[in-house]
Amino acid sequence: MSKLLTGIGASSGIAIAKSFKIETPDLTVEKKNIENAEEEIAVFNKALEASIGELEVIREKTKQDLGEEHAEIFSAHILVLNDPELVDTIRQKVKDEKVNAAFALKEVADQFVSMFESMDNEYMKERAADIRDVSQRVLAHVLGKPIVSLAEINEEVVLIAEDLTPSETAQLNKKYVKGFVTDIGGRTSHSAIMARSMEIPAVVGTKSITDEAEKDIFVIVDGIDGKVILNPTDEELQQYRTKQEQYEEQKKEWAKLVNEPSSTMDGHQVELAANIGTPNDLDGVKNNGAEGVGLYRTEFLYMGRDELPNEEEQFQAYKKVVEEMNGKPVVIRTLDIGGDKELPYLDLPKEMNPFLGFRAIRLCLEKDDMFRTQLRALLRASAFGNLKIMFPMIATLDEFRQGKQMLEEERGALLEKGVDVSRDIEIGIMVEIPSTAVMAPQFAKEVDFFSIGTNDLIQYTMAADRMNEQVSYLYQPYNPAILRLVKMVIDASHQEGKWTGMCGEMAGDPIAIPLLLGLGLDEFSMSATSILPARSQLSKLTKEEAEKAVEKALQMNTAQEVKDYVEKTFLN
Amino acid sequence: MAEKTFKITAETGIHARPATQLVNKAGQYESEITLEHKGKSVNLKSIMGVMSLGVSQGAEVTIKAEGPDADEAMAGIEEIMKAGLSE
Repeated sequence: MSKLLTGIGASSGIAIAKSFKIETPDLTVEKKNIENAEEEIAVFNKALEASIGELEVIREKTKQDLGEEHAEIFSAHILVLNDPELVDTIRQKVKDEKVNAAFALKEVADQFVSMFESMDNEYMKERAADIRDVSQRVLAHVLGKPIVSLAEINEEVVLIAEDLTPSETAQLNKKYVKGFVTDIGGRTSHSAIMARSMEIPAVVGTKSITDEAEKDIFVIVDGIDGKVILNPTDEELQQYRTKQEQYEEQKKEWAKLVNEPSSTMDGHQVELAANIGTPNDLDGVKNNGAEGVGLYRTEFLYMGRDELPNEEEQFQAYKKVVEEMNGKPVVIRTLDIGGDKELPYLDLPKEMNPFLGFRAIRLCLEKDDMFRTQLRALLRASAFGNLKIMFPMIATLDEFRQGKQMLEEERGALLEKGVDVSRDIEIGIMVEIPSTAVMAPQFAKEVDFFSIGTNDLIQYTMAADRMNEQVSYLYQPYNPAILRLVKMVIDASHQEGKWTGMCGEMAGDPIAIPLLLGLGLDEFSMSATSILPARSQLSKLTKEEAEKAVEKALQMNTAQEVKDYVEKTFLN
Repeated sequence: MAEKTFKITAETGIHARPATQLVNKAGQYESEITLEHKGKSVNLKSIMGVMSLGVSQGAEVTIKAEGPDADEAMAGIEEIMKAGLSE
C-alpha cells in the first residue's frame, strides 16, 4: 500500500525514482587484544590514506562547483588526519596496549572530541563535530564498511536522508539524483537552497522519511506541493507522470518568456529580480530572465568558515556579480547576521530573543571595523557596474544616518587614495520593522529606495516568531494589516520620486502578486525559479483590475477573506 | 634553538585558517616546534593542539624551535605571523 508523507516543498518539480537511503553504517567498536601490532598499524595507515584520498576528491569537486571558500573546511579535515597528536597517538596505543586499530582510533578520537566539546566557546564546540566526522570516515575504512560515496551512484534515484551535509550536496550528480527528501530542514536550509539552484525537486522537513522509507522502493517527490508518496499505486504513478509532464510543459511555456519584459496586459511595467546568496547563483539568475538582483545576501560570504572575509575577497565577489549582471541593477544587502543566523567565530553572547536582539545593522554599527571593511569592498565594486547598497533591519532614521555617514567617510578616503568609486550609488534600506514602515514618509526624504522584507515584517507586525510552529498560523502575508503597511511604504516612496521593491517570499507568491501590483510595487525580487511563473502571471493581469482589487482587500477584515477573494478573482 | 614571542593582533585570534597556515608551515621543517600560551605548550605541527589553546586577539604566544633547521623554521613561522596574525 502506498504511503503519503508531507513536508516543505523546497524545490519545484516532480521526481519519480527508486529510493536511495544515505545511512551511516554501524560503526560499533569492540576492544580486541591483538598479537601483531604491525599488522594493525598497517590496516590503520591504509584506512587513513583512503580517507585522505576521498577528502581530497571532495575538496576538489567543492572548489570547482562552489568555490574556494566552501572547500576550505575539507582542507581543515585533511589536516586533522595529518595531525601527529592524533595519528601517532593511535599508532602508539596499538603498539603499547596491543589493542585493535579500531578501538585505539575510537578511544583517541573520543578524547579529542570531548576536549573540544567541553570548551566554553561555540566555535570550538563545532570543531568537535569536525573531528567526529573525519574520524568516523577513517573508522569506517578500518572496519571495512566505507561510507557510501554519493559520487558512485549510477542509476536514477531519489535520495533519502536525515539531512544532507555540505560534503554530500557537493557530490550530487544531477544526472542520477532526480530528487531528494529529508527529515529536517526548511525552505532556507542549506540543502533546500542547493536543490533550487540545481533545479532538483526536493521535499524537506518530513520529520520521518528515514523511518518510513525502505531501500529500493519507488518514491514520488512532489516538490510543488511538498508531498512524498512511498510505494505509489499504479493510479498514483499515472497521476504524477501526468503532473510531471504538465509541469515540464509549463516550464517550456515559461522559458519562452526569458527575454520578454515584465509587463501587464495594459502595458504597466515592473522589474522582476532575483534573490541570490553567492556569485554561483548567477547562472540561475540569467537562465530565468531576471532583470536584476533585488537582494544579494552577503552573509553567505561570512558563513561556513572560521574568520571574517577580508576586503579583497569581498570585493572580488561583489565585482563578479555586478560585472556579470552587465549594467542591470544589483542590490547588495550589508551583513545581516544574528537572529537565526549565527557566526560562531564572532562569539556573540546567547540572547533570550535573538530576533529582537543584537543583529544586522545594530551589530554592524557597533563592530564598525568589520562593517567598514564591507563598505570599502562595496564601494570599490561599484565602479564595475550598477551597484546599490541596502542596510538591513533599520528601525530609526538615526541608524540609517550613521550607516550612511560611515559609507561617506569610507568613500572619501578611497577617493583621496585615487581609488575608482561610482559617484551615484543608490543607498536604500530594508523595511522589516513596523516603526520604519510607519515612518516611511520621513525615511523617503533621505533614502534612495525601500525594499520590503516581508518575512521579518510579518513576524514583527504580528509578534509571532516565525521559527515557532505553534504560532505559525499568525504568519499571515495577506492580513490587511500587512497590506496597509506595504501601501504606506510604497506611497511614501512615490511621493518623493523614489522606488520600492520587495524581497521576501511574498514577492513571488501568486496570491500576493495581484495585490502588490495594485499597490504599485516597482520591483519584485524572488527565488530565480519563481521569476518566469511570475512574469507569465503578470502578463495576464491588468494594473487597473489589480488596483480595484487591492482597494477592496485593504478594507477586508481577515487574511482569509483576502485570500479567498484573490483566488476567486484572479486564479481561476 | 630559536625562540620568539608574538602578540596576536588578528581580530579572530588563531582560528582555523591562520592555524592551518601555521601548522602547514611548521610541518615543512624537521625541527621540533612548539607554541606556548598561558603556560601551556603544544606541538605546532598539530592542528588540534594549536586550536585547543583557543588563542584570542591580544594574547601573547611564544614559539620555540629546536633542531637542525630551527632558524629557518622560525623565519618561516614569522613570515606567516606577520601576514595578518601579529604585528
